[in-house]
Amino acid sequence: MIGLSRSSRYTAHAILIIGIFIVAFPIYYTFVASTHSLQTILRPPLPLLPGDQFWENYSTALFGGIGRIGGVDVSTLLFNTTVVALAIAIGKIFISILSAFAIVFFRFPGRMFFFWVIFITLMLPVEVRILPTYKVMVDLGLIDTYTGLTLPLMASATATLLFRQFFLTIPGELVEAARVDGAGPWRFFKDILLPLSKTNIAALFVILFIYGWTQYLWPLLVTNRNDMNTIVIALRKMVSFADADTQWHLVMVTCVLAILPPILVVVLMQRWFVKGLVETEK
Amino acid sequence: MSPRVVFPNKILPYLLLAPQLAITLVFFYWPASQALYQSVLREDAFGLKTTFVGLANFKKVLSQPSYIASVQTTVIFSVATAFIAIVLALLLAVMADKIIKGRGFYRTLMIWPYAVAPAIAGLLWLFMFNPTMGTFAYMLRAAGYPWDPLLNGPQAMSLVIAAAAWKQISYNFLFFVAGLQAIPKTLIEAAAIDGAGETKRFWTIIFPLLAPTTFFLLVINTTYAFFDTFGIIHAVTGGGPGKWTETLVYKVYNDGFVNLNFGDSAAQSVILMVIVIALTAFQFRYVEKKVHYG
Repeated sequence: MIGLSRSSRYTAHAILIIGIFIVAFPIYYTFVASTHSLQTILRPPLPLLPGDQFWENYSTALFGGIGRIGGVDVSTLLFNTTVVALAIAIGKIFISILSAFAIVFFRFPGRMFFFWVIFITLMLPVEVRILPTYKVMVDLGLIDTYTGLTLPLMASATATLLFRQFFLTIPGELVEAARVDGAGPWRFFKDILLPLSKTNIAALFVILFIYGWTQYLWPLLVTNRNDMNTIVIALRKMVSFADADTQWHLVMVTCVLAILPPILVVVLMQRWFVKGLVETEK
Repeated sequence: MSPRVVFPNKILPYLLLAPQLAITLVFFYWPASQALYQSVLREDAFGLKTTFVGLANFKKVLSQPSYIASVQTTVIFSVATAFIAIVLALLLAVMADKIIKGRGFYRTLMIWPYAVAPAIAGLLWLFMFNPTMGTFAYMLRAAGYPWDPLLNGPQAMSLVIAAAAWKQISYNFLFFVAGLQAIPKTLIEAAAIDGAGETKRFWTIIFPLLAPTTFFLLVINTTYAFFDTFGIIHAVTGGGPGKWTETLVYKVYNDGFVNLNFGDSAAQSVILMVIVIALTAFQFRYVEKKVHYG
């Protein structure tokens, strides 16, 4: 570009490197801590380079030392969290694509009313209806169940609004052509709409997977049993600064295992992620 | 909107809407209406009798010094978090826009914190800065600075702000990068030919043209700081030390689940509901405008 000197470009690189350092350092440092022994961690300052306890710590956290972490091994926690994240992401996409389909491609009494009913849920996050929602969960016997962890989070206006917006850009001629060719709504949905929505679905999947994986308040409310915890909640329970017994090296391993899967999803599906993020929020 | 070509079915659309409406009614509308209903009732000490008290719960909540303190805490926390996260992200995005090689590399590393759960973000920072074994706490102390976020209110506050802002940098960065890419390069080059230096170009062209993005991020970051940071506060400070980091959302949780004060908690929920509605309305009004900018 015109008007950019070589030195200002170097400054830009330097500032970015400092930025990366701030942004990535806490994650890197946790990884470093997860490869050191408990004794090293307890004696600050912690070295900047990984130690030699990698296999030892990771195998203990994953397969042994079960009694140490709230009676539940990390693989159960990872399994729970994966189930929750996948169920929320897939469930949300499924439910919203159906309602957006109904709202855009049909005309029926109450259409706009239902659209607003869905839209207003944007304004009712868990935080503003926390106690009564908990009561509903208790009444329905959904505490400590996968259904309870996922079902209430599946309805959201954001995904529906996104699909609606996208469907509105699909030309009416396409619907007409499909109808002339004798395709019913189901056929149209399956053979035309779904293939066209592929990118949007992928983008939304990344966002919603992260959303599900990082849930905190909800799992905190609806789980009591340790073996139903998600990994984020379990980590919070493991950490105690007052308690000298905290197995910090294992906590660090759990931390790394809790942030690795969503980071992988974001980094590997970066293209869809960025698209999804920048477009859903508009 | 032009009249669309549609399918003539009469019952099918209701079936398609049914799953979402069912979940919405059971888990959103019913509880929200209960919160509204309970906010005008008061239970006696044994939970046997409830009486209608009108707006008394609201009056009580709004006159509690602890609630006013919590409002202040929330405002300080949100403003600081949003400000730090936006300024740092803007700086980094402007720098990323200047370079030619390595943009993808920087972006890949920059988006990591987005994937980290707020509670874990809090724990990562607490790990580095806790007084027992945190490396940075150790360094601060070695430098003669009395650092103990577990006992010192302002220090606890700065720690949760740092964690909250850190997590939000990735998000803001991506939006600023997208916003910068939308600015026509010809504008900037014309200014450069006219002799405007880099700083001048930033303040007179880039910054004003980014204003819609910045404003949008301001709303989003405020909402984030209000509602999505519960995990950070719960995991790092538990609202303490004292009440130093007790934000409104944390207080609703604490009064409802820990202190079992239902009328107060419901009234607080309703106040939060009003805040969300205001923020959402604001956001959508703005989005309308942005469409016109086109």
